[in-house]
Amino acid sequence: MNEKDLVLDLKNLVVRYETEGGIVRAVNGLDLQIRRGTSVGLVGETGAGKTTTALALLRLVPDPPGVVECERMELDGHDLLSMSESELEKIRGKDISMIFQDPMTALNPVFTVGEQIAESIYLHEDVSYAEAQKRAAEMLEMVGIPGERAAEYPFQFSGGMKQRVVIAIALACRPKLLIADEPTTALDVTIQAQVLDLMQNLRRQYQTSLIMITHDLGIVAEICDEVAVMYAGNIVEKGTLEDVFLRTKHPYTEGLFNSIPYIKDRRAMLTPIYGLPPDPTRLPEGCAFRPRCPYAGDDCTQPQTAHRISDTHYVRCSAYYSRPGFHIKRGADNP
Amino acid sequence: MSDIILEVDDLVKHFKTRRGTVRAVDGIDFSVERGKTLGLVGESGCGKTTVGRTILRLIEPTSGRILFEGRDITKLHKSGLRSYRREMQLIFQDPYSSLDPRKTVSQIISEPIIANKLFRSKREVDDRVAELMATVGLAGRLFNSYPHELDGGRRQRVGIARALAVEPKFIVCDEPVSALDVSIQAQILNLLKELQMLFGLSYIFITHDLSVVHHISDEVAVMYLGKIVEKAPTEELFENPLHPYTKALLSAIPIPDIRHKRERILIRGEVASPIDPPPECRFARRCDHAFDACKEHPELREVSPGHLVACHLMDSQ
Repeated sequence: MNEKDLVLDLKNLVVRYETEGGIVRAVNGLDLQIRRGTSVGLVGETGAGKTTTALALLRLVPDPPGVVECERMELDGHDLLSMSESELEKIRGKDISMIFQDPMTALNPVFTVGEQIAESIYLHEDVSYAEAQKRAAEMLEMVGIPGERAAEYPFQFSGGMKQRVVIAIALACRPKLLIADEPTTALDVTIQAQVLDLMQNLRRQYQTSLIMITHDLGIVAEICDEVAVMYAGNIVEKGTLEDVFLRTKHPYTEGLFNSIPYIKDRRAMLTPIYGLPPDPTRLPEGCAFRPRCPYAGDDCTQPQTAHRISDTHYVRCSAYYSRPGFHIKRGADNP
Repeated sequence: MSDIILEVDDLVKHFKTRRGTVRAVDGIDFSVERGKTLGLVGESGCGKTTVGRTILRLIEPTSGRILFEGRDITKLHKSGLRSYRREMQLIFQDPYSSLDPRKTVSQIISEPIIANKLFRSKREVDDRVAELMATVGLAGRLFNSYPHELDGGRRQRVGIARALAVEPKFIVCDEPVSALDVSIQAQILNLLKELQMLFGLSYIFITHDLSVVHHISDEVAVMYLGKIVEKAPTEELFENPLHPYTKALLSAIPIPDIRHKRERILIRGEVASPIDPPPECRFARRCDHAFDACKEHPELREVSPGHLVACHLMDSQ
């Protein structure tokens, strides 16, 4: 066990898809460490590389066209990179599991929900199938669905209920790390509130670490301990909730906050981020956010490295070391 | 005196199915002032999209009146309906499926211009398309591009330019930003606001996103299972929600501010089926405050100027 008690230690992850249309640079040198029992929000827009990062952790990036390179990828001290396919199968669903965005397509329509939960338990734990089924019914109760509904098929459940079933499958073997990829995007707000509440309770109970992939900073504020903001395949800012929400440092993070309709200040026009996210087959040299950044300068063409603000807070913006006294507006408003 | 552009009076839309009658819209009243925005909020299946489509008569109402500038449009026939549709347009939710993939941007935008014979010569039509593209912030070089070459935000701009082509007075926006990323969503919301000021447009803005509705609407109506449960000017609704469903809905929005922690009201269960619902208050089964009176459906009543609520709790206090 390592000194900081890391569940996940990821260093210099690179994922690219080599397609006929060019090389798609999905993830570009990403570092991520997650301590036991904490939840990290992975925030960013479509194409930022959030889901690809998650798939790389499960070693599920399709190859070809995907190519994964990584210096270090350890789950609770075990090296994921050197594992064989059969070793990976033992880990997936047991030590690390994932909740996908769309509960409508994540379940198999021809098996009962009980069978689908029991499958995971039966595969990973030394129990009889009857015992696995009994535990599947208990898991259903845990997520607020009557145990007798284990014999029903996915089509008999509503969207919110299906997502509860997916959560039950994901947590059935009490994983060390749970990756939730936009788990509530397909749900209505009142159902979203129920599902987030449920995930928080179960996670605390099982001491599961969580990577919450989302584009919604509101969800991050409610359920995460730390935030990592992704842009063009890298984390541009990472810190505790207080660091990122109150002492925002990266211009892209500032742009995201300015784009959200904010309940307290409605008369103001929104301040969108200028332009569009870059084409991942032709990323700009240096900082990928440079063409859209209101603070861009000559120094932004050099390769960007993570700049330490405090023990918990990092920002990938060269202005902080090449321009003395540099600050963004939002950071200045919230000293 | 306020200038009402659209008035909807006891609008009903029922769909007959084998399992019974789906009461998608079940007797709703509202009006929209000229140049203003009415937000229509609710969760999946509450009937908000059906309301939008019925107003345009893309779906025929079962009963009720829809008065546009004083004329009852439910009685219009073919030619009257065609000219009415020039006054009122629709912006769709999904910019990926609402544009014909085989047409170029200019062909898509010029279609309503040609169909309504607004301009005759090719030159005039092209000039108008170029003008519309500039209005919605589309670069002229995209004139001959196809939808698949554009990102979601630009596609939605094409949809908006197409709606503006016939110079409508009224636009029904059905979840126009739900499919877009936040930074792009902000661009489109700002554009819709600018166009409203520029052309004096009136909007019905249909959405499930309360932050968006709060940002763009002057007045908000909250729907639940085919009924309006509460309606009020935006500030009033967000500061002083009275219906238990509105309160729960507001408390369920995740707010991106960590200094702003609130007590969440979790509502039990899920939306009931809109097929042959019992005559009780539609929210009663999920409501923590339900009491005897809720067996009967409450009427929408004005509790303070402009603030209407359909809840028996209002009577008992």
